[in-house]
Amino acid sequence: MGEQLINQVVWPVIYILCIVLPLVLAVAMFVYWERKVLGWMHVRMGPNKIGPFGLLQAFADVVKLLVKEVILPTRANRFLYYLAPMIALVPALAAWAVVPFSGKMVLSNANAGVLYLLAMTSMGVYGIIIAGWASNSRYALLGAMRSAAQVISYELAMGLCLVCVLVLAGSLNLSEIVNAQAGSKGIFDWFWLPLLPVFVIYFISGVAETNRAPFDMAEGESEIVAGFHVEYSGSAFALFFLAEYANMILLSFLAAVLFMGGWLSPFPASWGFIGQGGFIWLFIKAFLLSFMFLWFRATFPRYRYDQIMRLGWKVFIPIAIAWVFVAGCLKYWGLVSIGTGA
Amino acid sequence: MNRVTGYFKSLLLVELFQGMGVTLRYLFKPKYTMRYPMEHIPKSNRFRGLHALRRYANGEERCIACKLCEAVCPALAITIDSAPRESDGQRRTTRYEIDLFKCIYCGFCEESCPVDSIVETSIHEYHFENRGENVVDKQKLLAIGDRFEQQIAADRAQDAAYR
Repeated sequence: MGEQLINQVVWPVIYILCIVLPLVLAVAMFVYWERKVLGWMHVRMGPNKIGPFGLLQAFADVVKLLVKEVILPTRANRFLYYLAPMIALVPALAAWAVVPFSGKMVLSNANAGVLYLLAMTSMGVYGIIIAGWASNSRYALLGAMRSAAQVISYELAMGLCLVCVLVLAGSLNLSEIVNAQAGSKGIFDWFWLPLLPVFVIYFISGVAETNRAPFDMAEGESEIVAGFHVEYSGSAFALFFLAEYANMILLSFLAAVLFMGGWLSPFPASWGFIGQGGFIWLFIKAFLLSFMFLWFRATFPRYRYDQIMRLGWKVFIPIAIAWVFVAGCLKYWGLVSIGTGA
Repeated sequence: MNRVTGYFKSLLLVELFQGMGVTLRYLFKPKYTMRYPMEHIPKSNRFRGLHALRRYANGEERCIACKLCEAVCPALAITIDSAPRESDGQRRTTRYEIDLFKCIYCGFCEESCPVDSIVETSIHEYHFENRGENVVDKQKLLAIGDRFEQQIAADRAQDAAYR
């Protein structure tokens, strides 16, 4: 009884804490990094007052948000209003369960990992919709509607991109997908090369899915103030914030796992220790991919609503469908080398 | 043909990558930010800041109460009363006040002064904590002049050739 309890409850909780606590810390540092990068690209310096190089800025912001009052708007639905930020945050954290950090470091090596991920990343939008509706505010409702339409459109393109990966890897298990990208040529064995258009579509859809610039219709400061979270303040707003950034980091990790060979080294295995795989490679790849989010934000103006819909339905989905066919052909005639795992 | 190339251009995200190239270049550029309290922008020796009344080297105040500054002041910020000094009967000010809320820092007072008494120093960081402190009286103006005489004289010497 005691041993069973430890195996089924205590260890999983410790593992979960080992993922969630660094993740929250990573979100704090990512916020700081975003402000720094945006500043540099604006030829400013970014935060540099709080702590060395402004490193403690994010923690100061967290403390500020936590001590602020959470205001409940008049005639808002109290239960749903407080529930929404939690619904937004929980899937963003839960999705990390199946992310493989290295060959052995994975919390749950689920066989249907990709399906689980799809389910979790689409759950997040419920938080946004409920927040928009429960706030009893026009701006919030408009933001929620936009967000819902956008996420549904881009989920399709994203799903089709995943289908391409599944066709090549022949598995829904994320660890096996990474192993399928192993080979003697290092970086050129990964799926980004045969699936290049799909990789681009996947990443852009990911940006749209996380409601980030240039797809941040749901927030749209210049049109609808702040969109779905316009009525939220204090710690409730902090949860939305945390969810958004956790989702961005998750998207970066997933793109690294699905297309950039996960923990595999970009160099051939014959190159000694830099040719060996390890979680450090995954972190480097995810860091570079998450930098893209910030780079996009600094570069591109916000899309118009109809342009977003046009891009999703008339460009991404047809290309993704076409590439499912191409991926099928590649696999059928064995034009892509599929690794079997180390 | 144009439409076809335009189609492929947009499909291959050419212009988007160009835009990202621009932001990437700016990422590494030296930053324009001036960390203000620690760093300062270089200031001209002709900078017109807070006012001061100067003295001669022997400690005698320069002002002879000619009231030219009061007359020329376009904002009517200067108020002067004068009377013969009790000790030696020389014409001196009994009251010399500048209302810094009215002052527009045009520098006419300094230009009009025949004895280089009223000057505008290069001090630009000052504040008032109570009502009424915006009206600076003679004692304060002389104190400012005493404190920053070296700087004031150096600025004037540098500009002397152009006056």
